[in-house]
Amino acid sequence: MNQTRYIELFSNPDSVRLLDIPVLDYPAFLAFLDQLMGEEGTHCVAYFALPQAETFRFICCMAADENHALVIFSHEQPRNPLPSLPSITARHFQFHVFEREIFENTGIKFPDHPWLKPVRFPFQRADHSNIIDNYPFYSIEGEELHEVGVGPIHAGIIEPGYFRFICHGEEVLHLEIQLGFQHRGIEHLFVENQQLLYQSILAENITGDTAIGHSLAFTGVVESLAGIHVSSSLAIERTVALELERIAVHIGDTAALCTDIAYQFGQVVNEALRTIVINTTQLWCGNRFGKGLIRPSKTNYPLSLDIVKVILKNLEEVEKRYLQVTDRIFTLSSVLGRFENMGKLTPKQATLIGTVGMAARSSGMYRDIRWSHPFSAFTDHPYEPAMLQKGDVWSRALLRKLEVEKSIEIIRKLLKNFMIDHSEFQNYETVNQKSNIINSGLAPLSLAISLVEGWRGEICHVAVTDNSGKMAFYKIKDPSLHNWMALALAVRNQEISDFPLCNKSFNLSYCGNDL
Amino acid sequence: MKELTIFRQHGRQFIPDLQKVELPEIFRGRPVISNDLLPEEAGRLHNLCPVKAIGINPCSLDLGKCIFCKECEFQSLGKIKFTNDYRLAVNSRDDLIIVQGMSNPFQLDRKKIREEIRVLFKHALKLRQVSAGGDNSSEMELNAAGNVNFDMGRFGIEFVASPRHADGLVITGPITQNMSAALQLCYDAIPAPKIIILAGSDVISGGIFSGSPALERGFLEKYPVDLYLPGNPVHPLTFIHGVLNLTGYWSSK
Repeated sequence: MNQTRYIELFSNPDSVRLLDIPVLDYPAFLAFLDQLMGEEGTHCVAYFALPQAETFRFICCMAADENHALVIFSHEQPRNPLPSLPSITARHFQFHVFEREIFENTGIKFPDHPWLKPVRFPFQRADHSNIIDNYPFYSIEGEELHEVGVGPIHAGIIEPGYFRFICHGEEVLHLEIQLGFQHRGIEHLFVENQQLLYQSILAENITGDTAIGHSLAFTGVVESLAGIHVSSSLAIERTVALELERIAVHIGDTAALCTDIAYQFGQVVNEALRTIVINTTQLWCGNRFGKGLIRPSKTNYPLSLDIVKVILKNLEEVEKRYLQVTDRIFTLSSVLGRFENMGKLTPKQATLIGTVGMAARSSGMYRDIRWSHPFSAFTDHPYEPAMLQKGDVWSRALLRKLEVEKSIEIIRKLLKNFMIDHSEFQNYETVNQKSNIINSGLAPLSLAISLVEGWRGEICHVAVTDNSGKMAFYKIKDPSLHNWMALALAVRNQEISDFPLCNKSFNLSYCGNDL
Repeated sequence: MKELTIFRQHGRQFIPDLQKVELPEIFRGRPVISNDLLPEEAGRLHNLCPVKAIGINPCSLDLGKCIFCKECEFQSLGKIKFTNDYRLAVNSRDDLIIVQGMSNPFQLDRKKIREEIRVLFKHALKLRQVSAGGDNSSEMELNAAGNVNFDMGRFGIEFVASPRHADGLVITGPITQNMSAALQLCYDAIPAPKIIILAGSDVISGGIFSGSPALERGFLEKYPVDLYLPGNPVHPLTFIHGVLNLTGYWSSK
């Protein structure tokens, strides 16, 4: 490969000067992208149009899983007149949501894009005549077909989103998911208020169920731009927090899956186990979701040996009881009758749409940032993902159980190292000095990228700084951005009454998509 | 047999007396501001506070804005101190402002509670929740309020699917433009008399999203609010305590 076509990064997080990202003409960009997409395990983690004085710089960040690298390259287009470009989506469908986002934000058209629909109706969208009430739904003509609309407010206490089903009798032929109701303008706020504390709190409120995952991704971006490497003890603490979050949500989802098949026994036992895990996090930092625990370059809640002991003791209890109850769940024929072959996402579909995270791993895709692009303590402690092949509700349920076991194992391993020489290990930088360094010292005219494997899957944060080292642009990608399409495909040819179960098996984020 | 073993270990999960529960010391509940805090320190904290919840002379902290990050406690070396008191409910917006030296627990203003609330809802209160930009943590905590541990169903409080079946609206999230019309529709669909509960700092003030051009908070200017529950997110105990004091199930203390 020609060295000038791209730049390769081998750390996560990492940053690069904007100057060092090659700019290709569009045909060369597409040709290089085709070449990359031909390689096993390569997928897009960020593709956006960076506004510059007279141009848009389209920056594409590809994760090359097999090489454990990030490949970054770009092309440039004038802002006036707005270009109209052949779409990447027509060649590689996983780009559909990135190009839709670019179209929605800038007005740049992709005439051969097969699905150029709104993503979230952001307040700064290019076309304000597009409002959330007139979303262009797909429809099929037919005397025997009917449509079912659900939302944006749903039956339970969950976030808003709108689902429209096209059904033939009870059978779902097509589901279209309209999002955007949760849009709070978060990417804009990251640039608008550059106080580090403000940004840290914003990051943990992107999706409250992934407070640790997103704040870790933000922290990575800032620390990379400020050239800060945290101590290995802090890296361990962060990783323990991330895995606790994963355990809590996976157990909570096991409960919710039982709820949706009216298996109350499985529900209440798992709910109680989740409570133990989130109360452990609360005992560590005063918040059940870990808000306040992750801060750039420091921590306000150093992990004490007492808390370590509580974590280990509670996890032992949780592990024992969770294994017992899941052993029951996964051997009960009435449960298997509902889970098996339900809501299938085939490996081929999963690859086509660029599925990430536990949904991908349940459909046989070997995709896990902890393995492919290790971050935090995973750089010193290699991780092998748990895998299943079938892609049905059963796989996604069982994978949660496998991941809970693995996460408990990781935490045990990390805390063992942590305890060996605790007094020497835990040397924190003084809080105020470091924060000030960060506020004044981000690398100018640079791009930083940070990937974290949250419990749903891969979270990507990208920040671009201006010539004074201020953040000029911020881009967030929650795993849900890819995976909503997976849900839409999985419910095809299922009965509409099975939708809640399929939906819960993915448990995607509305606010993570809407930002 | 397997079930029996699991049930035995599961034990009795519900908390028998919710009024006696205390949260761990580290929980971030009602703060207290020491009289030792000087105005210049308060000024520094005012500038530090990411949501401008801190007032200067005398020093005050507006829990309707506070997102409970506790940075002011760290930076003031404990002159502002978050206690583990989760009983944060008030029914008057101004009562959320804590002033230097104030350490008395929060209580509801009895005179402001509408008569019909106590007559009609004391033993049965059905609520419709709407997330309008909520980050899913407050939503999960409201779900948890009905789970096996907190079990607020025992007091006759329940979340229902249809607004037609509801006696009131619980709002979470800073109220986004894109959700404002649906929120209004839902409120209109609830039969009168109806109550409004704001759960979380996000909805009370906008929280960390305050000032975002993507919000549309006009709804809150139109109707009286019956209960303010600060938090990020609201703890299930804060919610249950607040609601039961509003309806008079627990006498207001």
